[in-house]
Amino acid sequence: MNERKNISRRTFITRASKGAALMMGVALTGCGPIRRKIAGLINAADTPYVGNTDDPMIWFEILADNQVILYSPKVEMGQGIFTGFAQMAADELEIDIERIKVAHAETDSGNVDKFATGGSTSTSSLWEPLRELAATMRETLKSSAADLWGTEVEQVSIENGVALFENKRLSYGEIVQRTEKWNIADTPDLKNLKDYKYIGKPIPRIDLMDKVIGAPIFGMDASLPDMLYGSILRPSKIDAQLLTADVSEASNMPGVVKIVQEDDFIGVVATSYMAAERAKDQIKAEWKTNKTWQTEDIEELLQVGQGSGVSVQRMGNIKKLEESEEVIVSEFRSPIGAHAQLEPNGCLADVKANGATIIMSTQVVDITRSEVADRLGLNEKKVNVKPTFLGGGFGRRLHTPNAMQAAVLSKAVGRPVKCFFTRKEEFQHDTFRPPTHHKLQAILNEEGYIDTISHELASGDVMFGSPLVPKIGAKMLGSDVGAWRGGMIQYEAIPHVDVTSWRVKLPFATSWWRSLGLLANSFAIESFMDELAAKTQKDPIAFRLAHIADDERGNRLKAVIETAAERANWTTEVKNGRAMGFAVSTDANTPCAQVVEVSVANGRIKVHKVTCVIDPGVAVNPDQIRAQCEGSIIMGISAALYEKMYVDNNELRPVIYGPYQMALMRDAPKQIDVVILENASKPGAVGEPPLGPVGASIANALFRLTGKRAYAMPFGQEDWSYLN
Amino acid sequence: MKISLNINGEVRNVEVEANTPLLWVVRDELNLKGTKFGCGRAACGACTLLVDGEAVRSCSYAVKFAAGKEITTIEGLGNEDNLHPVQQAWIEEIVPQCGYCQPGFMMATAALLNKVPNPTDEDIDNNIINVCRCGTYYRMRKAIHRAAELQQTKTNLSS
Repeated sequence: MNERKNISRRTFITRASKGAALMMGVALTGCGPIRRKIAGLINAADTPYVGNTDDPMIWFEILADNQVILYSPKVEMGQGIFTGFAQMAADELEIDIERIKVAHAETDSGNVDKFATGGSTSTSSLWEPLRELAATMRETLKSSAADLWGTEVEQVSIENGVALFENKRLSYGEIVQRTEKWNIADTPDLKNLKDYKYIGKPIPRIDLMDKVIGAPIFGMDASLPDMLYGSILRPSKIDAQLLTADVSEASNMPGVVKIVQEDDFIGVVATSYMAAERAKDQIKAEWKTNKTWQTEDIEELLQVGQGSGVSVQRMGNIKKLEESEEVIVSEFRSPIGAHAQLEPNGCLADVKANGATIIMSTQVVDITRSEVADRLGLNEKKVNVKPTFLGGGFGRRLHTPNAMQAAVLSKAVGRPVKCFFTRKEEFQHDTFRPPTHHKLQAILNEEGYIDTISHELASGDVMFGSPLVPKIGAKMLGSDVGAWRGGMIQYEAIPHVDVTSWRVKLPFATSWWRSLGLLANSFAIESFMDELAAKTQKDPIAFRLAHIADDERGNRLKAVIETAAERANWTTEVKNGRAMGFAVSTDANTPCAQVVEVSVANGRIKVHKVTCVIDPGVAVNPDQIRAQCEGSIIMGISAALYEKMYVDNNELRPVIYGPYQMALMRDAPKQIDVVILENASKPGAVGEPPLGPVGASIANALFRLTGKRAYAMPFGQEDWSYLN
Repeated sequence: MKISLNINGEVRNVEVEANTPLLWVVRDELNLKGTKFGCGRAACGACTLLVDGEAVRSCSYAVKFAAGKEITTIEGLGNEDNLHPVQQAWIEEIVPQCGYCQPGFMMATAALLNKVPNPTDEDIDNNIINVCRCGTYYRMRKAIHRAAELQQTKTNLSS
């Protein structure tokens, strides 16, 4: 018998109301300091867990055999949070971690996050609520055991998920079986960090076995009896409107069940994936484009000074930049980037008269439910979204409106329909990493240190236009926090600083891409810092240290820098054809410093070794923090050296892996040395911060090696062989 | 067309169009979901499986060519109670992150080890050319070397 108990609602509501307050703050407050504070909160990823307070919440299910299922409000996309959650739950529940299974909560029965899984906030936002829920659950079970035995709760102890009193034993599963009425215990004090058995240890991922035996855990693997396959007609050009579509030939293709024509899309439903795709290819569609777009047009649009600019960081006064003749100026660019996650976006929808079931990989479970309910004209409670494991997220699934299309097709045929993007559609209908342009200016003082610095960045939208950000919130913020993430100057000892973010509207969708603006902004700022150090013949690391403020944040930043320099045996000498490069960034309160060792052989840039020092605060699972650093470094190498989309007569290209060049096995460093510092009292962001320093550290090493500086990403497709 | 497939040691009969990519037969007709769709153009390797011991990108391999040959998918490579050395090594090195591309990499590795029992780093770079977006290559390389060790130990024990 399965018995679910809704245990810790009070704790939960407290947390959730904190989140609601934050969002209300955005809607209700004026401009000025409040705007800055909210922006700061978002930038610091200090976003509390925002839960579902309307429905009954069920976090834990305890089975008769003493297995515990933890229903996670956040989705697992590779970042390893299920393992961290199991560690937290096991420690406060006092049960073996092997007895804990973590599953995705469904919108129907569970506690999905109202907001999203993203922004490197999953572990930090659930750090307190989840442990409190587990501890409350433990105390509640204990008190129930005491009642069953007719004794005081103080007499009962817990050992590995079993309550003990004198010579009596009851497992949690047995207690649940025997308890008729629950009295929810008060939330006890949490244990001391040092008393945890699992938190802080490199516990192997709990989803390892499923992932090595090829278990069907992804949205793409979902199936239902009587299921059909759908495919959506999508234009290959940007800025395209459908004029006419002749579906007569397509309708007669083998396997076609129905062609569904809506106001905003056309979909084919067929008996197999291939049948649906082949029929779609036979639709004679005519599209209208308003203007012809090329890559050059995009680059021309993307200029600092165009669009609307908002100052996001200001200290002192940068007026001197206009007057001085000694201004050092550099400009940097980054390209359009694709998410290129391996599992295409897809959805299995089953729409019946009385409601709909949606099974899919998404980072926005609750928003997807609202969208589907809205589209079908159903009450939200009639739509159940069942999230699956994600075959990569990286921000690509922070809006999944394709669920609505699958639902419409399913409704039209009265059977379950699974639809997913082709790879070409993935590349052409991505919500891209926006291209950027950066202008940095500085004036040095007589000793060769920075007196004044300004960073102006122009970017396509990241946060604006996202369903995650209410329109009013965007208006209040004034600037795109996503675009300027990582764009602030972390060297707060510089007297005069200004960072201005320019918003440029592009003719295609751009949005969240792992670490948002951090990769491009850090590439620009940290390359510029290296240039300034080189100009004044200072060691680039000592130069950076000299500009860091003497406060808590500054001290954490200095610690990662100094540790990285020491650990990597930092040198500015080129040895055996290899040069070192350094860069450091602070993202969401997590500082991360990297030293890379780079050589150029046969025109190819080779990153041999990366030393990565990160300070996320409390390390819940050091092995998964390492994994996130390794993955971020390789994704960063890929973006810095190779990745680039271009626009050719309105077509975004390339449309396939290979031509969209990415880091492969041969590009992965053979040595990645990750050091974790824990100079904060709670866990912070991990999944994105290590992307920050990658591009700049490689560019800085290349400069040391070749005397040539890369001012635009990607710089690995160039032939560097003339330099050796 | 009726085709008899020898897959994971079992004979399975399917009735499909002869040019259907093997991937969709494996996934949707035989319900073996471990072999993944990534690109449909043999460019990413997520759909890699073995045909007569050779790595094949099944999204671009017509099912008719598989008739009479031995097909192995990740489900046939090993299972929870009897892991293949490659799977064992993947667990020891805690390789997967999102996990989606991993079966393809493991199948490609199994094929490599069939030919080159003790691959060098260069062998790995030249032969393991699938795409992993999470960037697990660093651990994968270690796992491939570890799998080679495990496989040799196993071979030595059985000889």
